[in-house]
Order: sequence, then structure tokens, then C-alpha cells
Amino acid sequence: MTFLNLCLLLPLAGFFLLLVIPRARENAIRIACLATSLISFVLSLGLAVSFDAAKSGFQFVTDSPWISSPPIRYHVGIDGLSLWLVLLATLLTPIAALISWRYIEKRVKEFYAFLLLMEFGLIGVFVSLDLILFYVFWEVSLVPMYFLIGVWGHERRIYAAVKFFLYTMAGSVLMLAAMIYLYTLSDTFDFTRLSALMAAGRISLRPAEELLLFLAFFLAFAIKVPLFPLHTWLPDAHVEAPTAGSVILASVMLKMGTYGLLRFCLPLFPSASRESAPWVVTLAIVGIIYGALVAMVQPNMKKLVAYSSVSHLGFVVLGIFSFTQLGLDGAVYQMLNHGVSTGALFMLVGYMYERRHSLEIADYGGVATPAPGLAAVFMITTLASIGLPMLNNFVGEFLVLQGAAQANFKWAVYAAIGVILSACYMLWLYQRAFFGEASETVRSHLRDLTPREWVAIAPLLILMVWMGTATRTFLPAISSANAQILEQTQHNVEFHVRSAPSTEVSVSALLGTETRTEADHAH
Amino acid sequence: MPTDFVPSAAELCRVLPEIILTLAGTVIMVLTPFSRNRGASRLGSFALAGLLASAVAAIAAQSNPGPAFQGMLMVDGFATFFRLLVIGVGVLTLLSSSHYLRREGVEPGEYYALLLFSVVGQCVMAASNELIIMFVGLEISSIASYILAGYLRDDRRANESALKYFLLGSFATAFLLYGVAWTYGLTGTTSLPEIRAALTGLESIRSELLVAAAAALMFVGFAFKISAWPFQIWAPDVYQGAPAPVAAFLSAGPKAAAFAILLRVFITAFDPISARWEPFVWLSALFTMIIGNFAALTQSNIKRLLAYSSIAHAGYVLVAVTAHSQLGTAAAMFYLASYALMNIGAFTVVTHFSRKGERYVDVQDLAGLGVRQPVTAALFSIFLLSLIGVPLTGGFFGKFYVFKAALDGGLVWLTVLGLLNSAVAAYYYLRIIVVMYMHEPGESTDTLPAPGTGLSIALWGSALGTLLLGVYPAVILDFADKSAKFLK
Repeated sequence: MTFLNLCLLLPLAGFFLLLVIPRARENAIRIACLATSLISFVLSLGLAVSFDAAKSGFQFVTDSPWISSPPIRYHVGIDGLSLWLVLLATLLTPIAALISWRYIEKRVKEFYAFLLLMEFGLIGVFVSLDLILFYVFWEVSLVPMYFLIGVWGHERRIYAAVKFFLYTMAGSVLMLAAMIYLYTLSDTFDFTRLSALMAAGRISLRPAEELLLFLAFFLAFAIKVPLFPLHTWLPDAHVEAPTAGSVILASVMLKMGTYGLLRFCLPLFPSASRESAPWVVTLAIVGIIYGALVAMVQPNMKKLVAYSSVSHLGFVVLGIFSFTQLGLDGAVYQMLNHGVSTGALFMLVGYMYERRHSLEIADYGGVATPAPGLAAVFMITTLASIGLPMLNNFVGEFLVLQGAAQANFKWAVYAAIGVILSACYMLWLYQRAFFGEASETVRSHLRDLTPREWVAIAPLLILMVWMGTATRTFLPAISSANAQILEQTQHNVEFHVRSAPSTEVSVSALLGTETRTEADHAH
Repeated sequence: MPTDFVPSAAELCRVLPEIILTLAGTVIMVLTPFSRNRGASRLGSFALAGLLASAVAAIAAQSNPGPAFQGMLMVDGFATFFRLLVIGVGVLTLLSSSHYLRREGVEPGEYYALLLFSVVGQCVMAASNELIIMFVGLEISSIASYILAGYLRDDRRANESALKYFLLGSFATAFLLYGVAWTYGLTGTTSLPEIRAALTGLESIRSELLVAAAAALMFVGFAFKISAWPFQIWAPDVYQGAPAPVAAFLSAGPKAAAFAILLRVFITAFDPISARWEPFVWLSALFTMIIGNFAALTQSNIKRLLAYSSIAHAGYVLVAVTAHSQLGTAAAMFYLASYALMNIGAFTVVTHFSRKGERYVDVQDLAGLGVRQPVTAALFSIFLLSLIGVPLTGGFFGKFYVFKAALDGGLVWLTVLGLLNSAVAAYYYLRIIVVMYMHEPGESTDTLPAPGTGLSIALWGSALGTLLLGVYPAVILDFADKSAKFLK
């Protein structure tokens, strides 16, 4: 039983524990959930401590059979990429439990049970090394989030929950088809075996085949990221979800998409990924700018933060598809940064909602007067979010832009517009909500942060500074994982037709006509 | 009298499940007039004992597999699988019926007897190796279920349901019989392996076309029983009008048995001309999925919704039939088993919820069930998530194996369209979950009594079964895979 298995299975055990605690004992339920998730977090810290960044490949591996035919294995393990995402999930679950302490009053038992089931699904997604196991966790994490939004959300919660579920489901069924198709070619669902077979050139996909498989995976991940123009479920889901739901959704769940791109799309379909990179990057840049512009005109705070997520995640995708070491490192770093700073923003907005029962920016103004602590924390988070040096987002954005510039300088220029815009909408939000004359309602309702709220947000504040200054804690592990992914994307790329412009290749690949002969030449 | 005309002990052993069920059913019929209120519940226990005994007999028969009665019946893994499946469906239906019958104030005796007879017919179908005995089994099963559909004889909708089922059903069986006659005329035999042998040597294209026509006629009969396009029209009306536990039974038992004979006939007998029938089954599978799922989107009556959903699920199984491989057969068997569990579970919740006279059968009536009866709602959610195909439920692996078999068979488009269909289906199942958990409780949920013992057992049994198949599908799949080999 490795640390990793304990870390994964503990939330599930907690879920079952919560199911048997009587409904009326609400505090026992809260404490049990918090305790389970805290132990899980401590265990995952153990993972981080004993993780060897110098070693390549996966660590803490467990590989045992689950289903014999077709062979589906319980194969889990982590590398520098998944390590930090697991930590993000284990860190934010106790925080989510803590911020819901007073906020969730109805159906407490179900809420906390779903929170733990959610954690189980999220950790599972990040550690699975078997395609079907990954798919299982991918879908399992969907169900609790659907309930979190639908039962404990705001007015339009049902619409948002159903939309969220259907979008993800529609994207992922094609991924399942692609996984089975890969199996018919390779006789394995095991990711490490698949990549080994690919590296050895034992599986060769025709370009048209590879493109379609890539698209099937890509669609599932792009919806989850979400990449423009597939992002429309996100503002609804975020706005309607309860605070804990928004935090988990933004901080951890969106990373499932970008993680999937890095873990599966790039290594499994290297040439298709490289060929479609210009298209994907275009969408990412459109997302960066569009998200920022839409965020600027939002009257609703949660919606503003939600659209800022679209913008931030655009950076991540840009970094991934720049195919440079710096870009990939920046993308992963930015995934973590976004988890920390946007999670904090959603928490703060949630704190404000609990006091004033409104998400409209116009209902606030002058909050800094009655709640200086809240204002200070919000300021730090805002500065982190807009990428002030010494705070976390700066590092990620800088690396992404540098990587993008290496790949194509224009990309970096366009993306940098997003950085400027993010400063505009965040500072403007801060100005409207916190400065100015405090109205009577604001003054009477907006108490300062309580100790429980301080405890919940403090870890994120510490991380903002830590990740902004001591990057050496995190980056070596990330870099070595990314170096390996990049190396994998070099396999089989001899199918590339270097002379032809990339657009033409993908068109002919779609038609499946000329490309086959070209592949034969390569042989 | 020739000696081989007298069945040997081994042969009798192979039909023991049917013998036990027939005897139990007959005894119940005889006892019914003598039993009053208290005796009635004993009849239920007796029927249950009969079903369990026949299940044991079916397992015992598997220890000595082989043909019986000059090869008319064939007891192999395939037969045992489906026998146990339909007996299991019978058990679950029985458990959820006893309370229902008391609630509606009708005589339970005949109901139990008819249920047992219907299961007998389905067991015969599962083991049939010959067209005539297959037809006999089908008729035994069908006639009993026609009566069951109209068992509430004072209820107008039940009458309509039974009449529609009977008229359309007999029409379809006539087609089937006509196809049987053609096949006999063309090949000179009704035994499935012999038909296969006769068709293997077939050379002239013309007679192959005639055989294909015979197969098409038989497919009409099968398609009706499994409610596949274009013969699915009856299902919503019949399921809506029939008593809820009977609807549960109809959607699982007769359907599974009909799939058993469909597989036997098309995989064993008509395999040599598979190139001829494959496109039609392909088309039928696709449209069955599409019509079932899209029609279900707009239903407000929960029985009708589940009826359309059961049409859609027949489409998924047909996808596996289209693949016509060992993998496909095993996938179809696995799917039918997991489908039986989740669908009976869902209908059992409806049985529990509908109250006397089936007053509450609207989706909207379930509002707030998650608050008033969290356990029932949670079990119902498990069934619905399984029907959607969410992992860790049997429904996921059902779909997984079906579409894997289809991709192995090169049916890429059917797989893609089928999977997209299953995403559409998520919408209407989710709607039920939405109503249960996210709407405020109304009058219909406030007055809901706690579920009775039998019903609870049926609910928990099917829920645990659904989860077991979702976590450890090998329990059934390995057996299905082994028995699928026997078909060729």
C-alpha cells in the first residue's frame, strides 16, 4: 500500500463513513469530512517529500489487474506533472469543507459526502495510468459536481448543472470510442505500454486516423478546459455553484482538461498535435482576449471571475501547444497558479456573498471601510491574479509568454494583451467594490473575516507568495516530467511533411488520400 | 416405441427447470380458489420457492450440458445464462409485485401462475435449438404476458395495453411463423445447426436471396419482441397501461429471451448469409437508438419515458448483434443482464411510488423524493446513472463491451453514433434526478409510505447487482464469453 493508494482511497473511505453517520449529527459529519480530507492532505505532503524529482518516469506505481478481458488494470502512479495537481486537489478539499461550514445548511450529509467523492474522482484522474481507469475517474468526478451545483446552487442551478453534465458527457463519449479504437490497434489500455509501443514504432497510425483520434481526445479535454468556443458551460456552472463547488471546479476540475492534453494528447498523437498546434493556439489566444474583454463588462462578480478563468486557461493551452520546454513548464505552473489564485478569488467572493447576499458589483462599494482584512486579502489575491512579480501568476505567465515567443513571436504579443486586460478588469473590480463611499447596508452587513475564514484562505495566501518567490520547490519536478513529454512528442514525427504548409497537410489528412503514400515513403 | 423416444434421465434433468416451474404454476392455479387473504401471501412465497428451485435446477443442468429431445433443446452455457437471467427477472418482479397486488386489491394467485408460465416460455426459448420449439416457447411466454399486461381488468388503460400487445404481438408472431415455414421449405429442416449446414453449401444466389427473405420475415417477429425499429410502436402504450411490475417484467424478461433466440437464429443458423442481414440489423440498431432516445426526451409520464428508454437500450444490444462475433454475443449477454437489473430497479421504484390506481406516474410527482426518502432516491439515482452509462455501474461496462465489440467488428460509424446517442440519453435520465433532488417536495412525496420488505429486497438487490457489475464485471462477463463460443 503506497502513499498514493492511501491518498486516493481515503476520500472514498470517508465517503462511505459519511453515509453511515446519522443525518441529524451535522457537526460530526462536518468534522469527519474535514478530518478525512486533512489526513489525505498530510499523506499527499508525504508524497511530495518523498518524491524524487531527479528520477524520470512514474513513481509510487501500483499496477494490479482489475478486469481480465479486455485487460483493464488498476495502474496508478505520479510524475512531476501529476504530483502537484494531486496536492492541489487534496489541499482544496479541506478548504472547501471549511468554507462551507456555515454556508451549507440543508442536506449537510449529502454535501460533505459528495465533496469527498469529488476528491476521490479528482485524485483518481490525476494518477490513472490506464486509459479506462482514467475514463472511469473522469466520469465519476462528474456526478458529485453535478449534484453540488444542482442541489446547493443559486437560482438557475438546475440549468447550469444539466448543461455542465451534458457538455462534459458529450465530449467524453467520443474519447471513450477513441480509447477502444486504440485498444483494437494495440491490445492494451495501459498508458505506459502504449507510449512504449509508440516509441518503438510498433503502432503506426495513418495520419487521418491519428488526426481523428487526436480530435476525439482533444474535444473532451477542450470542453473541460474550457477552450473558446466550448466555454459556454463554464460561466453558468461557476455562477450557480455554491462557493465550495466553484472553488473545486475552478481550481481543480478545469485542470483535468489541461492535464489530459499534456498527459494523453501530446504523447499519444504527436504529429497530429503538432500539426493542429496553430489552430489550437489561435483558439487559445482568442480565448485569452475574449475572456478578458467579457470579464471586463460583467456586472456580476462571480461571472467576472469565471470569464477570467477562460482567459487564464487560454494561457495554459498556449503554453502547452507552443511545444517548448519553457512553454510547457509555464503551462503547468500556471495550472497550479490558477488553482491557487482563482480558488482564492472565488472564496473571497463567496465570503462577500455570505454577508451581503448579492453577487452584483453595484451592490458593494466601500467594503474596505468596514472590512479592512477582507480588503487586504482581496488586494493580494487580485495582484497575484494579474501577475505582479513576486507573486505566483507572474512566473507562470512569464514562462508561457517566453515559450510562446520561442515558438512564434506573434503569439506572445497577442497573448500579452490578455495580461494587460486582466489588470484592467481586476483592478476595476477592486476599485468599484472596495473603494468609495460605503452605503448603509454595506457598512452593517460586511463584517471582517472570521478566524475560520482566515484559516481557510491563509494557505492560499502563503502559496501565492511562495510560488512567486521560491519556484525551485516546484519547477524541477515539473520540468523533468515535461521534458519527457516533449521527448515523446518527437516520436513518429518523421511522418511530418516538412515541405508542405501545415494547413494543407491536415486537409489531405482529413481526406486520407495522399498522406498514406507519404507515410509509406517515410517507412 | 423406439428406445430413443423415451427421454433419458440426463435429458429430463436438462429440462428440470421448466418442469419445476410448470408444476409450481399449475399447483398455484389449483390452490388459488382455496386460498383467502392469508393464503394469498403463501402463494407468493410458493411461487418464489418455485423460481429459486428452478434456478438451482438450471445450474445443476449446466453440470451436464448437452442436447435433449432429439436435439430440440440444447442446454449449454448460453441457455443456462439466459435461463438464470429470466428466472432472476421473475424473482425480482415477484418481489415487487406482492405489495402491488395487495394495494390494487386483485387476486394474486393467477398473477403468480401466469408469471411462472411466462418464465417457463422464456426458459424454453433460451434453450431452444430448433425453430418449432423456439416458436412454442415464444408463444407460451407471450400469451402469459398478454394476460399479465391486462391483469387489472377494471382498468381501461390496462385493457387497452393488453389488447394492443395481443393484436400486434400475434401479428408479429405470424410473420415469424411464416419465416419459419419458408426456412423449412428452403432447407428441409428446422434444426438450427442443420440449417447452418444446409446454408453453408449454398451456391445459387437466388436461393440465398430466398433464405434472406425468410430471415427478414423472422426478424420482423424478433424485432417486435425486442421492440426494435420499425416495430417498436407498441412499447410505450403497453408499458404505460400495464401494471408497473408487469411493465418491469416485460421490459426485461421477454426482451432478454427474444434476444436469446435472435442471437441463436442469426448467429448459429443464418451466419452463412450474414452479409445479407447485417446492413438491415445495422439500420435497425441505429434507428432504434435514435427513436428511443429522442422520443424519451419529451416524455412526462415516467412509465412512458422508461418505455422509450428500453427501446433505446434494445438498440444498443442490437449494435452488439450487428457485430456478429463471439465478442458481440458476449457483450449482448452482459448488456442484457445489467440492463435487466437497472431497468427492473427503476420500474420497481415506480411501482413503489405510484400508489393505488397508479396515481403518481408523472416525472414531476417525484419532486423532493431526495428529501423525503433519501435511500429510495439514492437507489433510483444509481439505476438512472447506470442507464446513462456512468462508470462504476453495470450500465457503463455494458456499453463499453457493446461498443468495443462493434469497433472490433469495424463498425466505426455505428459506434460513434451510438455513443453520441448515449450522451443525448443522459438528458432525460438527469431530468428525473433533477426533479428528485432539486425540486421542493410536493403532496405526492409527502404522503409516500416506506417501501415494504419484498420491494426493498428487490430494490437493494438490483442496486447492489448494478454496482457489482460496474466494479467487477468479470463475474458475468467471463461466463458470457465462454458460453458465447457455443453459438457457432
